[in-house]
Parts: sequence; structure tokens; C-alpha cells
Amino acid sequence: MKKALATVAVALALPGAAGAQPGGGASVEQGKELYAEHCLSCHGPNGSGVTSTSHPTGALGLHGLGPPLKGVGAQAADFYLTTGYMPLQDPYDQPRHTQSPFNKQEIAALVAYVSSLGKGPPIPKPEPKRSEISRGLQLFTDHCAGCHQVVAEGGYVPNAVAPPLHQATAVQIAEAVRVGPYLMPKFSEGQISDDELNAIVAYVEWAKHPDDRGGWNLGRIGPVPEGLVTWLMAAVVLIGVCLAIGRRAHN
Amino acid sequence: MSGDREEGAQLNALKRWAIAAGVLLLGRKRRRPLVAEPERLVEAGQPDPRAEWLVLALLLGAACAAAGFIAVYSFNHLEHQTQYLGLALGLAFALLGAALGVIGKRLVDDEEHEEEYPLPRHPEAEEEIAQLVQESGDRFTRKRLLLAGGGTAVGALGAALVVPALSLGPFLDTDPFYETPWRRGRRLVDEAGKPFLLDEIETETFYTAYADRASKEELGSPLVVVRFEPSQLHLPSQRRDWAPGGVVAYSKICTHAGCAVALYRKPTFPLVEPGPALVCPCHYSTFDPTRGGNVIFGPAGRPLPQLPLYVDPSGALRARGNFSGPVGPSWWGVRMRKPSTGPST
Repeated sequence: MKKALATVAVALALPGAAGAQPGGGASVEQGKELYAEHCLSCHGPNGSGVTSTSHPTGALGLHGLGPPLKGVGAQAADFYLTTGYMPLQDPYDQPRHTQSPFNKQEIAALVAYVSSLGKGPPIPKPEPKRSEISRGLQLFTDHCAGCHQVVAEGGYVPNAVAPPLHQATAVQIAEAVRVGPYLMPKFSEGQISDDELNAIVAYVEWAKHPDDRGGWNLGRIGPVPEGLVTWLMAAVVLIGVCLAIGRRAHN
Repeated sequence: MSGDREEGAQLNALKRWAIAAGVLLLGRKRRRPLVAEPERLVEAGQPDPRAEWLVLALLLGAACAAAGFIAVYSFNHLEHQTQYLGLALGLAFALLGAALGVIGKRLVDDEEHEEEYPLPRHPEAEEEIAQLVQESGDRFTRKRLLLAGGGTAVGALGAALVVPALSLGPFLDTDPFYETPWRRGRRLVDEAGKPFLLDEIETETFYTAYADRASKEELGSPLVVVRFEPSQLHLPSQRRDWAPGGVVAYSKICTHAGCAVALYRKPTFPLVEPGPALVCPCHYSTFDPTRGGNVIFGPAGRPLPQLPLYVDPSGALRARGNFSGPVGPSWWGVRMRKPSTGPST
């Protein structure tokens, strides 16, 4: 069944040329067409969702495969589409950061359509430049490092992966904090203010390219493993030299 | 009268002991060789009483250092304790090593014999070696004293190495695990001391709360607070009214090893995703907040203690009483009792 699902998902994921309007702005109309083509089978007509009790059933005749999208706003739609989490590869598996099958303009159209379904939060505009990395590190340690690790390399929770954040853009990080994708809790402004969020984004941006002292990527402490290997080889050579000298003296 | 007689009996006993000790001491000196001594292999060396005293002093020093280790260990709050422990243990080993060094250098004859070794199992040679070893120790005049000194040093060191096993758990004083600052009416406050209002608690996220007017450092103080739709909660029947508005509060200290339960797993779409869970990042103990903190995965042996809540007229969350079980890691004997409210803080 998984194979069949995947086939359908791939088929659904291929964007049709019909919906694309070359050169046109993000129109709700175009978004609606794309939605009907790629999203409707799981999320239901007009973003009403397909829950365990809704009729008709969702993709592959299954009930309960897509949450309602009314009121999620441009923020969530933009996050899930730009990260490639949606369209979903497998509804029973965790979505991964992948290349979206839609182009930028198609994503903008879909986001415009989803945000027109109900009042919801807009796409956030983080300003990491206006914040301190050290403060961001502290906040990241408090709120995020438990799962994503303090260097934002990602980690594990039971039944899920906390993804590494090196691929995430500043906007996606800000969106994820507010949306709480998959198993991540969401953080409201009461918990992490916009100002603090800027600092966190600044830190994650820095963590993508941290100060590196060279060498193998072992905690970025410098070429220590290489040094150890060099010592090992030097020791072997040294023993060889000793043996040679000893043999000569013996003769 | 009877007192005098008792005193006399004691004196008699003392006298007997003194005589026995005297005979023993004198007898030691005049021990006759039982058989004719065979020809010496190792040149007879001069006894070296000074070296023996030195060895004895070093051994006793090692014993003192080991005892010092135990003494330092028994202090609870000592600055630089680890360093002192290392120092004491290192000193003990160093002194023991020095004693062995002095024995090797100044008390044991180290004759060098150059000869072809015959094949193994050569009875004559073996006997010779045995004799050699025996005679090498000839210079020791106070063998037993030195042996006793060595025994003391090694025994004290052994004790020093075994004592830290006490840290595996509090055996006697487990009361602090049952004392928490929570009692009826105490408010839940955030890190800044602001009270938590029921209306401000959102679903799909988690909060850390502390006991009002109590130290945040106390083991029993921190809570993890989560809100659900009341229909999502499946608490045991006696805890029905512990979660006003679907807000549940659990101790933030993991029942396995005492780490902070810092992760909250929240499904976006529960129909196809794993259920909500509180997770400890240390060893991934996973607790179900909708079912009274039951363990659903990981090494924890008992549920997270739940704190009963109510909402006061101003809308702030307050404790209804103490936790449902002892807070903190599960030491031996900690699991049985119910927590009590400790002295007011």
C-alpha cells in the first residue's frame, strides 16, 4: 500500500503546466487551481480538511489524512511549501526538507490562496542583523537545543527526527518557531517575543558557518585527529630509524 | 567489696597479658634455625633499620592520605572537593609507591646473575631461585611490623576506593525527596515571578513553571505545564479535577536520572503522527501527559509526579496540594512513600 501511496504522491507532486501563468503575479485564482490539483485530495475542498469523520474520504479512500487549512494563514503555507514538506511524500512518514516541485511564483499563488481561506498570521519578517548572536545562543539553548542540539545540527526525539537547521532560511526558522511543524511545539509571542526570535534567527544563521579552526569536523576544535594520525605515523618512522641505527651498530 | 574483687581480677588479667606479650617479644629474638643453613647464593647484606623505619613511615603516610580521602569525601559542600580527593588519592598511591621503591632499592638485594637459562622445568634451578628469594629478604629484621604497615596502607587505600560507592544513593536520609514547596493555594509563576493565568496558557506548546515564593533551585519546584482540549485527557478517575481547563502540570525532574524534562512532542495532525509526549533529553524517557505522566518509552521506572491544580477567582493557576508521587530520580527506597509538605520556605 505504501508503494501505491508513494506513486500517487509523486503523481500529485508533479506541477501541471495548466495552472502556471508565466510572468503573472501571485493570484488567488491560480492558487486555487493549483490547490485543486495538488492539495485538495488530502486537505479537502476550501481547506476544510479530511478528518476521521468527514465524507467523502481523502486520498486512496482513507479518512483523516489532512488537517484543515482555514485560518493557518500565509505563515504556515509558506513554511510547508518552501521547505518542500508539502506536497507530502508519505502521509505516515515525517516530512523532510526537499526541493519543492513548485516554482516561486506557484508557491506565492498557493500561499495567497491558503491565506484567503481564513484570517491567519502573515509571513514573518525576521531581522537577524539587528540582534546579538550571543543572546540568540542563550535563547536557542533554552528553547531549541534540547532537540536541535546547540550547534543546530539536529537530533532525535522518540519517533521523530529533529532536522538540522543548516538548510533553513531565516524566514523558515521564524515560521517554524511560530507554526510548530510536525512534532515540534509552537512558541507564541508570549514565550518568544519577535525581538528574541530575531536573536535566535541570528544565532542559527551564524551556526550555519561557525568559526572553524580547520581539520576534520570533530567539534570544530581544529585538526586534532589529523595531528594524532601524524604522530602515529611519525612514531612508526621513528621506530624504523631506531632499528636501522641499531642494526648498523651491531654490525 | 565486690568492686575491689573485680579490680583485682582485672589487674590479674592485665598481668597475664603483659607476661604473654613479653614472652612473645623475647622469644622472637632467639629463634634457632631448625635446619643447617645451606650455602648462601646471595651475598649477605647489612641490615638497614633506618630504611625499614623509612618504609614504615611511608606506608603509614599512605594510610593517612587514604584516610584523608575518606575524610574529604565525607564533607558535603567543600570547595575544590574533587581536587582534594585527587590530591589525597594521588598522595596515597605516591607514598605507597615510594615505600615499595625504598624496599626495592635499599632492602632487597638485587644480585645480577648472568647465566644461560636452561629449558623450563628445572627443579634445581627452581629451588635455587626459591632460596635466592628467601635470602634476599634477610636484611629485614622487622618483617612482621613492615607487613603490618603494608597491610594498613593497602587496607586504608582499599577502603578509600570502596567508600565512594555510598554515592550510588542516599541510604538513610531520603526525606528531602519527599519535601516540595507545593501545598494547597501556592501559585504557579514563570521564571520572572509572573503568575500563570489560565487564559494565557495555549495548547500545542509547553511552559516551565515554578512555585511562588520558593527557591527555583529546589528539586520539587519546577513544573512542566501543558494544555489540552479536556476531551483529549485520559487521567485516572481520582485525578479528574486536577486539570482545570485541560491544563496539566507535572514535575520537570525526570524520574529516571533527574534531568530536566525539556522536550515536548506535539503532533500537528494526531491521526497519522505519534501522540503527545514529554521527553527527557538525557536518556529519552518518554511520558504521556494525557494519561497522568505514564512512561511510554525509555528507562524511567515510574510516572512523572503530577501536581493537582485549580484556578482561583483571578484566573491564576494554583496548586491543589502536593505531587502525586516523590519528585526526582528513583533512588532505592524512594518509590514507596507519598510526598509530604516540607517545612515552609
